Amino acid sequence: MIADDPAQPLVHVEGLSFRYLEAERWALSEIDLEIRQGEIVVLAGQSGCGKSTLLRSINGLIPHLYPGEYRGRIVVDGKVVSETSMGALSQLVGFLFQNPENQIFMFSVERDVAFGLENLAIARGEMRRRVDEAMSLLGIEPLALRAPHELSDGQKQRVALAGIMAMRPKLIILDEPTSLLDPKTASDLVSLVHRLNREVGITFIIVEHRLELLTPIADRIVVMDGGKKVMDGKPEEVLADPRSSGFGISVPPVFRLYSQLKGDGVRLEKAPLTPEEMAEEVNAL
Amino acid sequence: MTQIEFHDVSFVHQNGARALDGVSLSIEKDELVGVVGENGAGKTTLVRHINGLLKPATGDVRVGGVDTRDVSVAQLARSVGIAFQNPDHQLFSESVEREITFALRNFGFEESLIEKRLTWALQFFGLEPYRKSSPLILSGGEKKRLTMASILAWDPEIVVLDEPTVGQDALQKEKLVEIIKELHSSGKTIIVVSHDVEFLWSIQPRVLVMRQGRILDDGACSRVMLERDLLEGARVSQPQLVTIYNELRRKPERPFLDVLEARSWVTSGVRP
Repeated sequence: MIADDPAQPLVHVEGLSFRYLEAERWALSEIDLEIRQGEIVVLAGQSGCGKSTLLRSINGLIPHLYPGEYRGRIVVDGKVVSETSMGALSQLVGFLFQNPENQIFMFSVERDVAFGLENLAIARGEMRRRVDEAMSLLGIEPLALRAPHELSDGQKQRVALAGIMAMRPKLIILDEPTSLLDPKTASDLVSLVHRLNREVGITFIIVEHRLELLTPIADRIVVMDGGKKVMDGKPEEVLADPRSSGFGISVPPVFRLYSQLKGDGVRLEKAPLTPEEMAEEVNAL
Repeated sequence: MTQIEFHDVSFVHQNGARALDGVSLSIEKDELVGVVGENGAGKTTLVRHINGLLKPATGDVRVGGVDTRDVSVAQLARSVGIAFQNPDHQLFSESVEREITFALRNFGFEESLIEKRLTWALQFFGLEPYRKSSPLILSGGEKKRLTMASILAWDPEIVVLDEPTVGQDALQKEKLVEIIKELHSSGKTIIVVSHDVEFLWSIQPRVLVMRQGRILDDGACSRVMLERDLLEGARVSQPQLVTIYNELRRKPERPFLDVLEARSWVTSGVRP
């Protein structure tokens, strides 16, 4: 088993190129990327840079459902994606859509959480156990019998995440998870992601434009442009690099200030990740 | 001149939820207004009263001096353009080009003017390559830009943008800041509903803070964004430059309006 060897990455993208059917341009061009178990990786870049195509390639929608020209390969947890069924992949990789409305459709919260498991024909007792465990992990037990459409946006997102957690995936992909949430609900979601990462060891790949929310918890930021991987490093390295705004990244004010001060020759102790850390550094000057 | 006036407006949804609770508000013709607050605070319900899509249960709403109960949505549409939060509710034409020209034709614009406005809108919002494409193939961010392009093309007096920055990259956000400033200086009434406090900080509007159907605070962005406890209660976070300002031991007189201000303040205090 490759997956049990900690030296092996959980996700290994090797020279991946993909061109959609009848498209002139390659949506992905020779991508190499390794993501280790337990990492939180933010994927960034301007619209049309290939982020969504890369996500679809990791969860298997490409090449299983999208036809096109496929070169290279992706290995997730020791399984070659192009040779693994969607059913098997769905137990390995969870996908949370931008709008939870697109993924919640049952009459009660607990039925919704159980939906993925029902499709796998898992025994009743085991299913009950997993649904209860996932609801408790996300703190939504009190909502179990409520109708999903009555819930707030933040609650809907928790229900969708509980459904994903019930499948016990190793990797969860979030596609702009905070874009419809108010700032506090968004930061609650970020804390939740952090907790699932530390306590359950879930690996996360997150596409997000509001980077200020994620930089405090992200291990890495990978930047794409024109279907290629153009930057890959710690958040403070990538965001303090002047090239990043050229790739369409909305650099949060803290990092813009940091790189300008650095250019002015002001020596800060370390690159700050939050405005509080920035103020602390400035106070120490 | 007062352009929009809410007088003690309440509105209750069909499911019994109170979405607006005694809102009184007056917006001048050349004002730029930002609306913040948690999901469900009543922000979208508020703006839907401006183009008459919703009529108040009690109280009244006047737009350009006219009670919205006395005019149809179609009559109001010429002067109020709303780009809704979810573009899928708004896009229906078979091509991007037709989507943009739809309202222009409805309003009886001349063909030469339609062509000019269309070209401008396609270029400004980076939609030129999709001119003949179906709106359905666009990404979320592109659809959002298409709804804004369609509205700005007919040049309404009142422009309402509901969550304009969702799905937009840095370049598109900068363009949005630019166009909002431009519309503002040309005397339009602009209302921006947004969770993106960094974006609001960069356009410095008058800010309305909403919670449970009420307006909790109303004032200049540079003052309202300092009200930490009030914002906390409304589940709104503070912009990063405001947080930095709060945490500084030695402070300037007011928070930094942009990164350049912060930079020159810091460098002027650092001994060479």
